[in-house]
Amino acid sequence: MAKLSLSDLHAIRDREEKNLRKRNIHGRDVHVVVAMGTSGINAGAKLVLNTIADEVEKAGLENVIITQTGSAAPNPEPVVEVFSPKTGLVVYGGVDAETARRIVSEHLQNGKILEEKRIELTEKEQ
Amino acid sequence: MGYKNYILVCGGTGCESSRSDQIYHALIDEAASQGVADQVQVIKTGCFGFCEQGPIVKILPEDSFYVQVKPEDAKELIAEHVIKGREVTRLLYNKAPHKAYEEVEDIQFYQKQMRIVLRNCGSIDPENIDEYIAAGGYKALEKVLFEMTPDDVINEMKTAGLRGRGGAGFPTWMKWNFTKMENNPVKYVVCNADEGDPGAYMDRSTLEGDPHSVLEAMTICGHTVGAHQGFIYIRAEYPLAIHRLEVAMKQAREYGLLGKNILGSGFDYDIEIRLGAGAFVCGEETALLQSIEGHRGMPQPRPPFPASKGLWGKPTVINNVETWANVPEIITKGGAWFASIGTPDSHGTKVFALTGKICNSGLVEVPMGTTLREIVYDIGGGIAHGKKFKAVQTGGPSGGVITEENLDTPIDFGGLQKIGSMMGSGGMIVMDEDDCIVDVAKFYLNFTVDESCGKCAPCRIGGKSLCNILEKITNGNGEESDIEQIQQIAHAMKIGSLCALGQTAPNPVLSTLRFFPEEYKAHIVDKKCPSGKCKKLISYEINPSKCIGCTACARKCPVGAISGEVKKPHKINGNVCIKCGVCKDTCKFSAIEIH
Repeated sequence: MAKLSLSDLHAIRDREEKNLRKRNIHGRDVHVVVAMGTSGINAGAKLVLNTIADEVEKAGLENVIITQTGSAAPNPEPVVEVFSPKTGLVVYGGVDAETARRIVSEHLQNGKILEEKRIELTEKEQ
Repeated sequence: MGYKNYILVCGGTGCESSRSDQIYHALIDEAASQGVADQVQVIKTGCFGFCEQGPIVKILPEDSFYVQVKPEDAKELIAEHVIKGREVTRLLYNKAPHKAYEEVEDIQFYQKQMRIVLRNCGSIDPENIDEYIAAGGYKALEKVLFEMTPDDVINEMKTAGLRGRGGAGFPTWMKWNFTKMENNPVKYVVCNADEGDPGAYMDRSTLEGDPHSVLEAMTICGHTVGAHQGFIYIRAEYPLAIHRLEVAMKQAREYGLLGKNILGSGFDYDIEIRLGAGAFVCGEETALLQSIEGHRGMPQPRPPFPASKGLWGKPTVINNVETWANVPEIITKGGAWFASIGTPDSHGTKVFALTGKICNSGLVEVPMGTTLREIVYDIGGGIAHGKKFKAVQTGGPSGGVITEENLDTPIDFGGLQKIGSMMGSGGMIVMDEDDCIVDVAKFYLNFTVDESCGKCAPCRIGGKSLCNILEKITNGNGEESDIEQIQQIAHAMKIGSLCALGQTAPNPVLSTLRFFPEEYKAHIVDKKCPSGKCKKLISYEINPSKCIGCTACARKCPVGAISGEVKKPHKINGNVCIKCGVCKDTCKFSAIEIH
C-alpha cells in the first residue's frame, strides 16, 4: 500500500464516512417500517423493503431509518408505515415495487402523501 | 446495495471473556447460512462500558440493545431480528420492544454520560483504520502538520486546560512546553499504559476500543515538541490491548501515518511498544522510564523531571492513555470547546471504572463536576442487593474513601482533594455495609507493601509497620496508642518517600481513620468488628428462640462445631468454630447471628 498523501486521506475519509454515517441513528427523524410477517413476505414485502432501501440510498436520504416489523398487519398487504415529523404517521397498503419507489420519491423526498394507497387503521390495529 | 442491519458486537476484554468472540463468528456464520450475508454487516467494536450486562450486541438501525447474549442466540437474532424484523425481546435490556418510530428510550446507564475519550468505543471497529478515519480520525494530525505551528498547538492545549488523567492532574500543555523548550536534537514521547490500580480498566478499554486516538495524539505531540520516536509502555497482561495497538500501528505505517515523511509533510515519527511485567511502581513515571531503558523499575529522585531529562537522559513527554485520547478532539474542536466542559478547576470529562457492590458495574465517562451520587445512583443504579451504601474508594491504593456526607461533592481534581481523596486514574470501588473499613485499609496497604520497590526506607519500612498495626487491630490486639502511631508513620512516609507510591500509600488508612473513627474504636476498644468481617473479632451464635433444631447447620459445618438434639435449639462450640459462615448461609430461620 502506497503512503497516503493528504488528498488520499481525504478520499478515504469521504468514502468511509458515508458508510459510517449509515450506522449513526441520531438525528434521523423519518422512519419507514415495512411489515414483514409471514403473510407480508408472502405478499411481496421483501421486494418492497429492498426497493425502498435501494431508493433511499440512491437518493442519499440520510435522515431515514428503515426498519422491519413482524406484527400482524392490516390488509391489503404488503403494508408500509411512514412516520415523519411533517406528515405524521401514514400507512400504505398493497404496496408493490412501483409504489415503493414512489413512496421514496414523492413522500420521503417531497412530503407528498400517496392518497390512493393510503389505508386507515382500525382502532384495534393501531 | 447497502447493508440494512449493522450488528455491533462488543470486543472488550470483559465481553470477550464471556465468549463475545464466538458470538461475533456465530452471527457471521448464521447470516451466511440463512442467506442474508449481504444484508448485515457484523462489526466487532470496543467496549460499550456497560460491562455488568455483557456480552453486549447492538443492532442498528433499530438501536436494539441486547445484553448477556450467548453464542447460541446468534441463530435467533439473525432469524428473528434481521430476517423477520422482530426484536428478540428476552435478550433486550429492558425486555420490551420499542416501536421503531418512537423516540428510542435511552438506557439510564448512559443518560448522564458524555463520551470524549470513549467517543469511538463501541461504535467503530478498532482494527480498521478506515473506520477511525471516517469518524474524524487523523483530522487533528492533519491540522497540526499543515495548519498550525508548534506554538499554536501549545496554546490550544493551554486554552483547553487539559490536566493529566494519570492521577496527579498536572497541566498537559506545561509538560509539552517544558520539553519543547529544551534544546536537544533527540527527544521522546511516552504513553503510560501501565494501569495498575485494583479495579481500574479505563486505559485498557480505551486502547482496545480506539487505539488510533492514542497513536494520533502521540504523533501530534512529537511534532509539537520536536520528537521523532514514541514509546507505549503497556503491561503484558493486557494482551488484547497490545494486539489492537499492534494492528493499529501496522495499518498506520501502511498508510504512512507513522514513519517517514508523514502525509508528505516531511515529518518523521514512529512508535514502539514496550511491555511491562506488571509491577505497580512502573506506573510511576521515572520508574517506567527506567524499565523502558531495561533497568529494574525503580523511581528516581525528581528533579530533574522527565520533561528535561527523561528517557536515556533526553527530554521526554510522558502522558497517560486517557490524557492522550483527549488530544485529537481538543485539536479538532478547539481548546475553548474543551474548556467549556467540566468545572473551572478541571476541564473535560473523566472516565471511571465503576466496580464493587454496585448494580451496574462498568466503564463510565462523565463531565468533570458530576457528583458521586449521580455516578453511584443514577448511572450505577445504586447498591446491589438492596444493601446500604457505606463508602466509595477513589484513587485506588493512593486515594481515600468518600462517605455518604460527601456524595454531593462535584468530582474534580480539587474537589476530591478537599475531601481527603484523590482523582487517581479513575478506579471507583463501591462498598456497602458488609465491608469492614479497617479490612479495606489493610487490603490497600498490603497491596502497596507488595508493590513497593523497596528502594527507600520510609515506604519499605513504614508500609510494613502500618500493615502490622492494622493486622494487630483486626486480630483484636489493638491498643489506643496505635492510632497515634499510625498517624506518625503515615506522616513520615508522606514527607520521606521518594515517589508517589510511598507518599500516598498511607492515604487509605488516614482517610478511613478520618471518616470512620468509631469503627477503628470498635475494633480497638470493644474488640468488635461491626460489619462482621474480621474473623478474630466475631463469634457465631445461635439464637435459641429462633432455632427449631432442624440440624441443617450441624450437617453442613465442616469442623463439627455445632451440636444439639433434633427439634431442640443447637449450640456452636466457639473453640472449634472456624467462622467460615456456612451455618449462617444454611439456616433458613435466621437463627445464626454474628456477635
